[in-house]
Amino acid sequence: MAKHHVTTTVNGDPVEYLCESEQSLLDCLRDELDLIGAKEGCSSGDCGACSVLLDGRLVCSCLILGVEAEGKNVETIEGMAQGEELHPLQRKFLEHAALQCGICTPGVLVAAKALLAKNPDPTETQVRYWLAGNLCRCTGYDKIVRAVMDAAAEMRGA
Amino acid sequence: MRYEKPTTVEAASALLAGQGARVLAGGTDLLVQMKARVLSPDVVVDIKGIDATRKITKDASGYTIGAAVTGAELKEHPTLSKDWPGLVEAANLIGSTQVQGRASLGGNLCNGSPAADSVPGMIAAGAVATIAGPKGTRTLPVEDIMLAPRKLALTAGEFIVSFKIPARPAHGGDAYLRFIPRTEMDIAVVGCGVALALDASGTCTAARVSLGAVAARPLLVVDAGKALIGTKVDEAALAKMEAAARAACKPIDDKRGTVEFRIDVAGTLAKRTATIALERARKV
Repeated sequence: MAKHHVTTTVNGDPVEYLCESEQSLLDCLRDELDLIGAKEGCSSGDCGACSVLLDGRLVCSCLILGVEAEGKNVETIEGMAQGEELHPLQRKFLEHAALQCGICTPGVLVAAKALLAKNPDPTETQVRYWLAGNLCRCTGYDKIVRAVMDAAAEMRGA
Repeated sequence: MRYEKPTTVEAASALLAGQGARVLAGGTDLLVQMKARVLSPDVVVDIKGIDATRKITKDASGYTIGAAVTGAELKEHPTLSKDWPGLVEAANLIGSTQVQGRASLGGNLCNGSPAADSVPGMIAAGAVATIAGPKGTRTLPVEDIMLAPRKLALTAGEFIVSFKIPARPAHGGDAYLRFIPRTEMDIAVVGCGVALALDASGTCTAARVSLGAVAARPLLVVDAGKALIGTKVDEAALAKMEAAARAACKPIDDKRGTVEFRIDVAGTLAKRTATIALERARKV
């Protein structure tokens, strides 16, 4: 079976890769494009460590076939900082110590960014429900939620 | 495995008529089962290239919702949540935000789980599936599609293109509730969808009650609906409906709940769901 030739956009850059039919978008990002920010946790859509945006929509890249990204716009954690300048969410995660081992962090940041794009002023409850699909076994979530709330306030100019 | 993305229902039916073919909509169940080697399809047919599976249209007769429209898209539709809030709430209970970005009504139904959240919501709303196949198109009410766990009333080459949801009655309301032991990210121990309509005097003229996770398939409990029709949906009518809901249950014992617990919860949940549907019907 010939590989699929996929033409897509990742973090604003046009990219191409070859993939097998069964290869997930996560595997294509990591193995074909060397974008190893998105992590494989559960590989069943429960943990959110592989979170990316596909045409602006928050998704688990482990549950998408690489071939499905044809013609789409993919955004990953690698596109979050502008050069050396961290995104406010990334800065606030460091300030609030909202990470320990860091495996969940890229997925949490991508998910939080998607939330703030949709709702710049979320309540704590909204943050917790939005991030319910991002599992973290280190922080107990409180620091993550505080960092997101603080980043949201800063981004609103509050 | 081969991946195909046809752009017409005819081409999709032809591919699905072959051996070992599976439909790919959002993939949130299919890919999990492929990774776990529960399913090893020879051909995956991505139906999202077919325009009709991906859009919501509205006319005087109601809504037509593509089988692959995602939960997030249902929620963002400008009027669907106002007309059929219960249906949208049911679909939005499936998985996380990430899963909502992909999971669809068609997939939730055709995955064939008796606990699928959106299915009692669709059944209560009176949803009818439009099914395409090698012999053309047919329609089937949602309650007749799932026969048993993982078993559907679809024949080789058939797949669901869209669902027709009727226009909401003038004084109509719907609701969906499920019981889970936590607040998010879980599978229903019992799920219940109710849709009802009132006349100008507040008498119930139509009622559909559907229960999930209490039998081998999601149930349309006709007797529970009948208990409300012709009444003012007062305490006596609700009590009768609650009893009818419990009487329809044939659940299993599993780690999520015992037979006795599920039957008991089904009645309580049906009453609570009907009460929310009633409040909504009175407000419009």
